[in-house]
Amino acid sequence: MCMKRMLISGNEAVAYGAIDAGCRFYAGYPITPSSEIMHMMAKLLPEHGGVFIQAEDELAAINMLIGASWAGLKAMTATSGPGFSLMQEGIGYAVMTETPLVVVDVMRAGPATGQATKAAQGDLMQARWGRHGDQYLVVLAPESPQEAYDLIIEAFNISESLRTPVVFLSDEFIGHGREVVFRKDPEEIQLVERRRPSDHEPLFGSDDPRIPPPMPRLGDGYYVLVTGSTHNEYGYRDVHSFETHYRLVKRLKEKIWGNIDKIFKYEVVGDPEGAEKAVVCFGSTCRSAKEAIEGMDDVVLIRLITLWPLNYDLLRKLLSNVSLILVPELSLGQLIYDVQQVVDSDVKVIGVNKVGGGVPIYPSEIKEALKG
Amino acid sequence: MSGHEHPSLKYMRKEVLPTAFCPGCFNGIVMNALFQAFEELEILDLKKYVFVSGIGCSSWIPSPYIKADSLHTLHGRAIPVATGVKLANPDLEVIVIGGDGDLASIGGNHLLHAARRNMDLVVIMINNLVYGMTRGQAAPTTPKGMITPTTPYGNPEEPMDVARLLASTNANYVAKWCISQYMFLKNSFKKVLGEIKRGFRFIEVYAPCTTFVIRRENKTPGQKLKELMNTCIGLEKLEKMPREERTKYIPTGVFKENDKPGFIDNYRQYVSISKR
Repeated sequence: MCMKRMLISGNEAVAYGAIDAGCRFYAGYPITPSSEIMHMMAKLLPEHGGVFIQAEDELAAINMLIGASWAGLKAMTATSGPGFSLMQEGIGYAVMTETPLVVVDVMRAGPATGQATKAAQGDLMQARWGRHGDQYLVVLAPESPQEAYDLIIEAFNISESLRTPVVFLSDEFIGHGREVVFRKDPEEIQLVERRRPSDHEPLFGSDDPRIPPPMPRLGDGYYVLVTGSTHNEYGYRDVHSFETHYRLVKRLKEKIWGNIDKIFKYEVVGDPEGAEKAVVCFGSTCRSAKEAIEGMDDVVLIRLITLWPLNYDLLRKLLSNVSLILVPELSLGQLIYDVQQVVDSDVKVIGVNKVGGGVPIYPSEIKEALKG
Repeated sequence: MSGHEHPSLKYMRKEVLPTAFCPGCFNGIVMNALFQAFEELEILDLKKYVFVSGIGCSSWIPSPYIKADSLHTLHGRAIPVATGVKLANPDLEVIVIGGDGDLASIGGNHLLHAARRNMDLVVIMINNLVYGMTRGQAAPTTPKGMITPTTPYGNPEEPMDVARLLASTNANYVAKWCISQYMFLKNSFKKVLGEIKRGFRFIEVYAPCTTFVIRRENKTPGQKLKELMNTCIGLEKLEKMPREERTKYIPTGVFKENDKPGFIDNYRQYVSISKR
């Protein structure tokens, strides 16, 4: 083992992870607190034979990713709330056309311009549901710079293996927080590449919805038809048929939910069997929560690494023995709805909410709330 | 039979014909001019060409009618998608086909910045003066005073002159032709596909919508073509006219022609600095 040890921010870790995952295209627009990812990619990509372009806006950025992905490159952009809002239509197009790409949202306090430099976790619902229509994608959230590095590689792997956009929810604390990060050697990293068509098999359909269709590169001679309109399994537009549309959106949904066992990642601290209380959290907030529950035998902490698709059955099982659940969030409460959904009505579910001003939820506040 | 087939058909997906265009639509003339340019350049297969379009009637020309790779993208976003394709694989020739609403209104910012970058793309803008696909509402190219569903008392806005605007940028090539000027149009296509092969190349085709412009004027497409033969005149001829006369005519011609390094060349040079 000869990992490279670096003292870097979460944003820098995302850039190194993306390069190590084989990302060779970045288009973006500067926005706080994500810009360091862009700065790093501007520096690293030319050195690694990749392409970096500063787009005229986030609408252009996300659409440039789509073009680059179809031309055969792994592509990423990074942004924050306002830019993420502008990218939604393009992300929806990527869902519909099954275009692999990775969108990093380094969350800040919103809505609107909000507080550009202050951490938040308020984009959870937007990451899942920000687009119109029936659409499903994958949302991942790291808790530290180290995990930002490791998980962004996983984000590319999921994106490639399922031909889907992946949203990577970081936040200002992780993005600007500096910690020791171990960078892996190329031979230590398992990379997944999109499947190329072997023959003239359908590029937009498959018998088993869990298996995404293959994806050629533009110029490979497949005369591929890519469209965001409803299309049949060969890419031909068919905007009047009920069957074609239903079959398409149903398959796209099952592609994500049918692979939940592969996608769903979480961490448990403590014993879910013996615990009377639980903390359910994601992202940087879990750092405070972990400190808060140190030495508490009656508390179990469940950290969601995959936020979408969410394994509700598993969460229900993990929370079946507790009578009090804390859901700390750097928002007025979004993840709390998922927790309320999976427990009986007599279980007390309490949100610990704080947002804005660049202030984290302190361990002492979680400790206090755990008293019930 | 194939020996007697229309020469354009080899560039088309025959299985999707007939096209969905209205009877008398000028899109067919643009397609024929483009295909004839390919033919005369002896480019018989479009495997290495990628067509990118947005939303609108003219965006349906490549998707699905042209037998090549095509991306039918979101409304207004053809140029950034095309930019992504070109940057990711510069060996591909990337052609954008779209309408005035798609490229100049909702996608106007991308058009401007791709021209500024001298991005290595061919952009064909079919200016039909309205939003044809959605029943002929006013566009940024609609003449002042024209009655449309969104301007029932006559358009109060002045139209934009897209070709003239782009001629003021770093674009390598900017031309505008009327649909009645077939040979000029075809030769312009040949120029940007065979001769000037880099940088931003923009060709506007002035082709009023058959259904929502020409029919509202109680004319037939044929009558409109004859009218355009008189109203579309060359830039040099126009400049010799008295100023007050000029507004009656549609200026056509080559607004700008260069063969400067495009974005790809400049980017390669930039990358070589990073490796020094």
